[in-house]
Amino acid sequence: MKTGKVFAEVKESICLKPGFYRLVLKASQMAKEAKPGQFAMLWPTKSQEPLLGRPISLHGIDQKKGEVSFLYQTVGRGTALLANLEAGNEIGILGPLGNGFTLQSNAKKVVLVAGGIGIAPLLPLAAALKNEGKKVELLFGAAKCDFLVGMDAFADLGCAVAVATVDGSLGQKGLATDLLKDSLAKERPGHIYACGPKPMLKAVAEIATESGIPCQISLEERMGCGFGVCMGCVCHQKDENGKEKLARVCKEGPVFEADEVIWHG
Amino acid sequence: MVDLTVELAGLRLKNPVLLASGTCGYGRELSEYFDLASLGGIMVKGTTLRPRSGNITPRIAETPAGLLNSVGLQNPGVKKVIETEIPWLAKQGLGIIVNIAGESPADYAAMAETLDPVAGIDALEVNISCPNVEAGGLAFGTDAKVAADIISWVRAKTKLPVIAKLSPNVTDITEIARAVEAAGADIISLINTLQGMVIDVETGKPVLSRMMGGLSGPAVKPVAVRMVWQVYKAVKTPIIGMGGITTAADALEFIMAGAKAVAIGSATLTNPCAALNVAEGLAEWLVAKGVANINELVGIAHRG
Ligand SMILES: Cc1cc2nc3c(=O)[nH]c(=O)nc-3n(C[C@H](O)[C@H](O)[C@H](O)COP(=O)(O)OP(=O)(O)OC[C@H]3O[C@@H](n4cnc5c(N)ncnc54)[C@H](O)[C@@H]3O)c2cc1C
Ligand SMILES: Cc1cc2nc3c(=O)[nH]c(=O)nc-3n(C[C@H](O)[C@H](O)[C@H](O)COP(=O)(O)O)c2cc1C
Ligand code: FES
Repeated sequence: MKTGKVFAEVKESICLKPGFYRLVLKASQMAKEAKPGQFAMLWPTKSQEPLLGRPISLHGIDQKKGEVSFLYQTVGRGTALLANLEAGNEIGILGPLGNGFTLQSNAKKVVLVAGGIGIAPLLPLAAALKNEGKKVELLFGAAKCDFLVGMDAFADLGCAVAVATVDGSLGQKGLATDLLKDSLAKERPGHIYACGPKPMLKAVAEIATESGIPCQISLEERMGCGFGVCMGCVCHQKDENGKEKLARVCKEGPVFEADEVIWHG
Repeated sequence: MVDLTVELAGLRLKNPVLLASGTCGYGRELSEYFDLASLGGIMVKGTTLRPRSGNITPRIAETPAGLLNSVGLQNPGVKKVIETEIPWLAKQGLGIIVNIAGESPADYAAMAETLDPVAGIDALEVNISCPNVEAGGLAFGTDAKVAADIISWVRAKTKLPVIAKLSPNVTDITEIARAVEAAGADIISLINTLQGMVIDVETGKPVLSRMMGGLSGPAVKPVAVRMVWQVYKAVKTPIIGMGGITTAADALEFIMAGAKAVAIGSATLTNPCAALNVAEGLAEWLVAKGVANINELVGIAHRG
């Protein structure tokens, strides 16, 4: 049986930059089972308010300590409540959920493309890829320098890091996809992984498909349950015959092969 | 040992706790969290004659102590459900109730005819109350004559117990309850979701792609309890109560208002083991209060 919803102790809750937080939880079972790219549903309170869990990606998986960590941006009520948490508080958790990234074993070099808070699920992936001895490059884009968080941990793992901001406040002026085009021109990676806003993912998927490089992307959709029963989170995919089919982001995803996603709007 | 078995018009359940349609799929995902056999039964996702892809996202919007959904009956169609879902479910050791929805009375009749001989199915729940589809759905459940028509079409095509699932989006729930009872419904289940809307003030647009959705969760509970109370007084037909049940105490409110069984919907979305917790909580409550049989509690709130 899978572990159901449980309450976990907050070990650490810190503000990294205005609006960006890191949350560390004592959750040995989740740490034991979790794979890069999976997520958890988090309930910041024990009451029925807010009712639904918030899907947040696993950002750190520490099996030895029995801890998991999350990196999130405050955008509304649920994330604001998460930000109020202090060490010693308890929050509701369900997970790990979703499929996670597939580690491509024959690729020597891989490129990770992150847009804003989309960097969160890529850290445990980078750690796993580094563990397998691969060359890993992080291409990180955001609107401005204030929105760039979490990249130092990639450098610490030994990843090459390149940064772009739309307003030019840090790194190259432009988009993460501009960095991707430059990177591909220099060295062709065996695999691309991406997480970020939809327009970025769509652009990454197009570049990857054109260059014939396998690419996995992590999608977002509003969720009810997070474990596959409500049909709230569907996205459009191509089946084996290229016909359109529906897939649940929480169950079949959140990670999908870039060339199988059908982009509507 | 306390006795939790209930019998509703030939539908025998080992305990009065069911999974509500649309919040439990076909049981597979939940079976990874607990043994489905610990529940009375499952009301599977609304099934239609032909496959339906449902509405575009966003389909879910959170509200105070509740949520709006506009899933729109996404399902693989009755044939596929019979082939791929029922045989597996039939081995899980709980009552199987197939929730059916159609665009016309003939659709309902055709599905009842198809499902009637299928081994493992214990009852049909006729969804005449879905607010999230263009044709049929809610419109059927808010007109007593049409509601009765659909129930009699289904009644004519099956020997299985027929459950009429009522919409709360009506002025007088007892009028519909009497109409479906007269048309041959064996059991009445209520409530389906209440029509609602959420607007994002930043964008100035409704959050749901389909604008309106169905409200469920703790927020609707008092409305649901009131309607169960009214229907209990109006008809003889046994009742399955639902709407915002999260705990055993919530379930007891419905039972005391007159429901013989209860269904857990939105609470499952917030905890996969919610229905199991309710079933276990009911047993503990009976022990603590020294009540030997759950049936003793049905409708006691009506006693003078
Ligand atoms: C698989 C997955 C992984 C995610 N990982 C992260 C992460 O690691 N870090 C991070 O900061 N954010 C992540 N998100 C986005 C995060 O779930 C939302 O920002 C968060 O739910 C907003 O909640 P809120 O109450 O603050 O906002 P509100 O707008 O008040 O939320 C209202 C409702 O809408 C939902 N919602 C709002 N925005 C989103 C969104 N972008 N995606 C999905 N549901 C949304 C909420 O869950 C809630 O049910 C992830 C989303 C998904 C689907
Ligand atoms: C996501 C979702 C999907 C639903 N789908 C169906 C459905 O297919 N058929 C149906 O009869 N009711 C459907 N319902 C209604 C529930 O079965 C139930 O009647 C209602 O949600 C009230 O109970 P609750 O407050 O416990 O959720 C759905 C509810 C939700 C939240
Ligand atoms: S969120 Fe419920 S099915 Fe994905």
